[in-house]
Amino acid sequence: MAENIWVLGAAMTKITRYPDQDVIDLAATASIEALADAGVTMADMQVMGMGNMFQAMAGLGQSVQQQIGQTGIPVYNVVNACATGATAVRTVHLSILAGEADMGIAVGCEQMGKMGLLGPGGQSKAEKHVYAPTGRYGSVMGAEGILGTTLMPGVFAQAGQEYAYENGGVGFEQFAKVAEKNHAHSVLNPLAQYQKKFSLEEIMNARMVAYPNTLPMCCPTGDGAAAVVLVSESKLKTLSLEQQRRAVKISASVLTSDPWVERGQVQPDVNTLTRNAAKIAYEKAGIGPKDLDLVELHDCFATAELLHYDNLGLCEPGGAGAFIDSGAPWRDSPGVTVNASGGLLSKGHPIGMTGVAGVFEITTQLRGEAGDRQIEGATVGMAHVIGLGSSCGIHILEKSAA
Amino acid sequence: MAQQIPMVDYLVLDGDPHLVAHECANCGALFFDRRNACAHCSGIKFVPRDLKTTGVVRSFSIIYQAAPGVPVPYVSSLVDIDGGGAVKANILNIDPDPATVALGMKVKMTTFVSGTDDEGTEAVAFAFEPSN
Ligand SMILES: [Zn+2]
Repeated sequence: MAENIWVLGAAMTKITRYPDQDVIDLAATASIEALADAGVTMADMQVMGMGNMFQAMAGLGQSVQQQIGQTGIPVYNVVNACATGATAVRTVHLSILAGEADMGIAVGCEQMGKMGLLGPGGQSKAEKHVYAPTGRYGSVMGAEGILGTTLMPGVFAQAGQEYAYENGGVGFEQFAKVAEKNHAHSVLNPLAQYQKKFSLEEIMNARMVAYPNTLPMCCPTGDGAAAVVLVSESKLKTLSLEQQRRAVKISASVLTSDPWVERGQVQPDVNTLTRNAAKIAYEKAGIGPKDLDLVELHDCFATAELLHYDNLGLCEPGGAGAFIDSGAPWRDSPGVTVNASGGLLSKGHPIGMTGVAGVFEITTQLRGEAGDRQIEGATVGMAHVIGLGSSCGIHILEKSAA
Repeated sequence: MAQQIPMVDYLVLDGDPHLVAHECANCGALFFDRRNACAHCSGIKFVPRDLKTTGVVRSFSIIYQAAPGVPVPYVSSLVDIDGGGAVKANILNIDPDPATVALGMKVKMTTFVSGTDDEGTEAVAFAFEPSN
């Protein structure tokens, strides 16, 4: 059996807008803090995974090393949509699992500024003024808004509505309750981009973006970076007792892509690959959803969170509406807490950072170091992300003795 | 009448307008885009298949904030086509209000002019409307 791999250190910047810093500054800050938190230095790192979406061609892993320590180790610059950060963690995890490294650092960073809503820019304009079919669909013009929408708010609205169609007990109010919860949770998280509580009425009466998602039901754009230091169990046992005490075990590290489903070419299927990843992760960790104390899941839109209650097995099959209605995923409610950090809806969602930030959050909670937002007694947690296209990353972490 | 061209090549305008899919000869999976092979079974042989023009709204969103130049609000939907196939399209000729648009409503395909080029050729797109 392969040996266990542990999180030795973790850090993240507050998510906000940093007009006076570049993405290298943010990634360097998070990396230096994660290394200090781990009680190690760049000289101890044998591999780096660097996740970034919008500057994926820039070789940011090397650029960050040029700021914090160039040691000639392999760097994997990775991109996988909103699962980019989780992919960076997975890459370092695999390197250690393969025996090529006993310690490595995974970094996720993004600088988005005021990009507006997630999605491809404006409607693509035909460059020629004479129509000529081009591309895989033989299109003569951009299809956005003409043949439905492929922008994120509408895509995730439609994903949520599809769940409502299939299961019932779900409507505008249930989706809005997700945002009510996550914004309430964010008030306790100083690292969150927004820490503002909204009433259910305020959320439902806010400006509609793509029904049923109003503005506070859509995640903001922002800047930030997070980093985690991973270590093999055999190496961990050579470190100090304090390092061992604070280390958190990775019970599962899983990455999936979307298998073929009948309607997948029409609308990205965010469900099947999440269900597949969850199944593999629970098997690897030897636990079930009932064992989870907290979950950080991919609530890029309020509609998305509801789907994942079901996809991750947190509720009865088809019962996501009843689950949120019961208040179960709120902190201070018995059982699992979902998005204690405030989630992407209020903590923020700098794309490449998000997957690493989720692992940071679970690690911090399991260490009992989450301050005001601490979930008391948490021992098992899951970090889930999904990038359209599609890619799903799940990490299950456990408080355990090395 | 102006010259017309389908906005996408899987829309057939001759006779009764309808959609045509590439059907995998091996497993029956349907695709609208140019294919290298089948995403389901990796088969490489496809045959054209005409799809029906009626269906059911499986999901929809009413879009209030859109890309530049797209009039809002409008209804984007996922339609399960009767007899097989699924497609994304707008729903026209309906009040874009959640009280009016319903999950599971029956719709039929329609076409509309989505643009005109410098030679006066009209691009024709498809959409759905309530079938009543
Ligand atoms: Zn096939």
